[in-house]
Amino acid sequence: MLPLKEKDKAIVQKLLSSGCCARCVLRFCCVRLQAVYRQPPQGTLGELQDFIKPQESAESTGENKSHDAPVPPQTPQCADPPSKRAKLEPSQPEEGAAETVPSVCVVCLGILQELCDTTQALKIAEAVKMEKYEFDSLVLSVSLPAQLCVREHSCWLHVKKEVREKGLLLDKDDVIPLKEAFKWIVQGPIAKELGGVSVVTKSALEVAVEFTHQPTDADCHFLASACPDCFKPTKNKQSVFTRMAVVKALEKISDAKFLRLFACPPPQPSSCCVPQGVHCLHLSVFIAGRYNKFCRSLPQTPWVIDGERRMESSVEELIAAPVLSAFRADGFNFSSSGREDVDVRTLGNGRPFAMELLNPHRARLNHEEMKQLQQSINVSSDKIRVRDLQIVSREAMSRMKEGEEEKTKSYTALIWTRKPIKSEDIAFISDIKELTLDQKTPLRVLHRRALAVRQRVVHSMNVRFMDAHHFHLELKTQAGTYIKEFVHGDFGRTKPNLCELLKTDTDILELDVESVDVDWPPAIPE
Amino acid sequence: MDETEQKDTEDNAPSVIDRYYTRWYRADMKGKPCEDHCILQHSNRLCVVTLAETHPILHNGRTIKSINYQISDGCSRLKNKVSGKSKRGGQFLTDFAPLCRISCTDETEYTIYSCIRGRLLEVNERILETPSLLLEKPSTEGYIAVILPKFEESKSITENLLNREDFESVVSKRSVAESQPS
Repeated sequence: MLPLKEKDKAIVQKLLSSGCCARCVLRFCCVRLQAVYRQPPQGTLGELQDFIKPQESAESTGENKSHDAPVPPQTPQCADPPSKRAKLEPSQPEEGAAETVPSVCVVCLGILQELCDTTQALKIAEAVKMEKYEFDSLVLSVSLPAQLCVREHSCWLHVKKEVREKGLLLDKDDVIPLKEAFKWIVQGPIAKELGGVSVVTKSALEVAVEFTHQPTDADCHFLASACPDCFKPTKNKQSVFTRMAVVKALEKISDAKFLRLFACPPPQPSSCCVPQGVHCLHLSVFIAGRYNKFCRSLPQTPWVIDGERRMESSVEELIAAPVLSAFRADGFNFSSSGREDVDVRTLGNGRPFAMELLNPHRARLNHEEMKQLQQSINVSSDKIRVRDLQIVSREAMSRMKEGEEEKTKSYTALIWTRKPIKSEDIAFISDIKELTLDQKTPLRVLHRRALAVRQRVVHSMNVRFMDAHHFHLELKTQAGTYIKEFVHGDFGRTKPNLCELLKTDTDILELDVESVDVDWPPAIPE
Repeated sequence: MDETEQKDTEDNAPSVIDRYYTRWYRADMKGKPCEDHCILQHSNRLCVVTLAETHPILHNGRTIKSINYQISDGCSRLKNKVSGKSKRGGQFLTDFAPLCRISCTDETEYTIYSCIRGRLLEVNERILETPSLLLEKPSTEGYIAVILPKFEESKSITENLLNREDFESVVSKRSVAESQPS
């Protein structure tokens, strides 16, 4: 039994004779009971036809019932006598009534007809299975061609008059949306096929199903001349007739204008929509840790110029390879709390980093598995080492960037001096505290940074004498201090600099980062 | 730290310039004898304009009287202002664009030229306050200007310049010419 009322009869009659499928009729009658949509459509159609049959007499076959809605000249199919349980036929009276292939619904173009049957649902489930995600719920998202909005609008206007005559109200928002009905129908079979997974409104895994219908794409075009300001061409989008733009235009256009420009009810299509495949996307997973770099010829990110790789591998690639494999992710975004040059080592506790893993097919690793992953990274190369590897939230990325601006860093540099020195000559450096530098953008990065003067503080220093032309300089500095330029002066563009302090040309032969003083991510005991 | 990586004595340690810059030369700029310029080209394509060791300013015990970046009524290199990463606003220079005029106490005057095409990023204001920097450290703290060539031209700008080897042979030919009895 369909949950319909007397007042719905006129709507049902009018829509059935316009070429709407049974389920679309239910939508326009605002039927919210999901189970009704899941019944076989032929059965629903029969019930609808019975519903509008007048109580007293049966119809004589072959006669057009002109009580409610005359069949509009555009629709090729005849209004079937309601007593027949056959489906609506294409208008070829010469062919017998034996043909029971349903014609394509003028509103949903097949979406609520064969495109949501069990075969289709199984196809969707199979596509998800093939990707081998680890998941226990999914969100189904449906993308429909924009012209379905136009056809929906047309049918709504078609029954609006009917409804008003009866003194009722049918708000466009009361009509059950096509996408919702589709999901009500397919989510059960999909969930069952995927072994009891729940199909919900919010989940980490999104299964996107797309449909197109090229022959009717032009149905939207009249809106461009009627509401030109809704359709601004942008460089990104291929077509300017996006769903959003079409919906906006339909809200603006007057009923009278719409009826002048588009058939009401909509014209009969000759084909149904075409499924464009299933695209699955899992929400990103974020992992964080700290890395050491023990090699003086390893860049942090791949070094490629003119398509040619200039240096083998990189910190991010060495870390990413085992991680991508463990999480079965498609790609990654690597970021860290500052960077060091190719020829600089990162010692001590290492530098904090975070990685966004894109479309991970596996999203959860337990403590033990994370430890194993960390171990496999450390075993894969002696150039880097990773510690405190853990899964973190998206907010992690911003916590880590905090460190870049605000926290102090410690370094050790091997210094060369032109003039010969003795231990006493450099001892005074260890007493210098809170030395403020004015650093013009170093020439070596000026090609990609703005020209500016930055004030940075060297909090403290310590010297360890080596020989007449060498000593080790330990420094603790503000984040963002250019150490190399402090040592050699960068053509005098960093002041004060070590050359001035020691009154001789100095150069930096080696640099190590001893610590990056950020207390994030949380330490994980070994 | 690697103790084994000790560098040699002062003579052998490659300097910052040796490690990151290539030296290019323009000899006898605008036909004026020995007015040699040295362009230090960084591996990131930035160029620093300096006086070559052979430039007359650096010889005969000259002292600098004044340095003037105002090269014409309408143009002062000091007014050069660049903003942003793409260095918008910098004065565009061609090979023969003058950068500054230097007057020495012995009444000699010299114009220093750009030598390459590109956008002027900065001129060295410290030599205005301390002209002796130019005499004592012409290759480092006494630099004249920093120029950023167009990306497409970064290789071609050196076509009209001499590399170190060729420059040195030009210089040695001069000494030969001078020592020959006229």
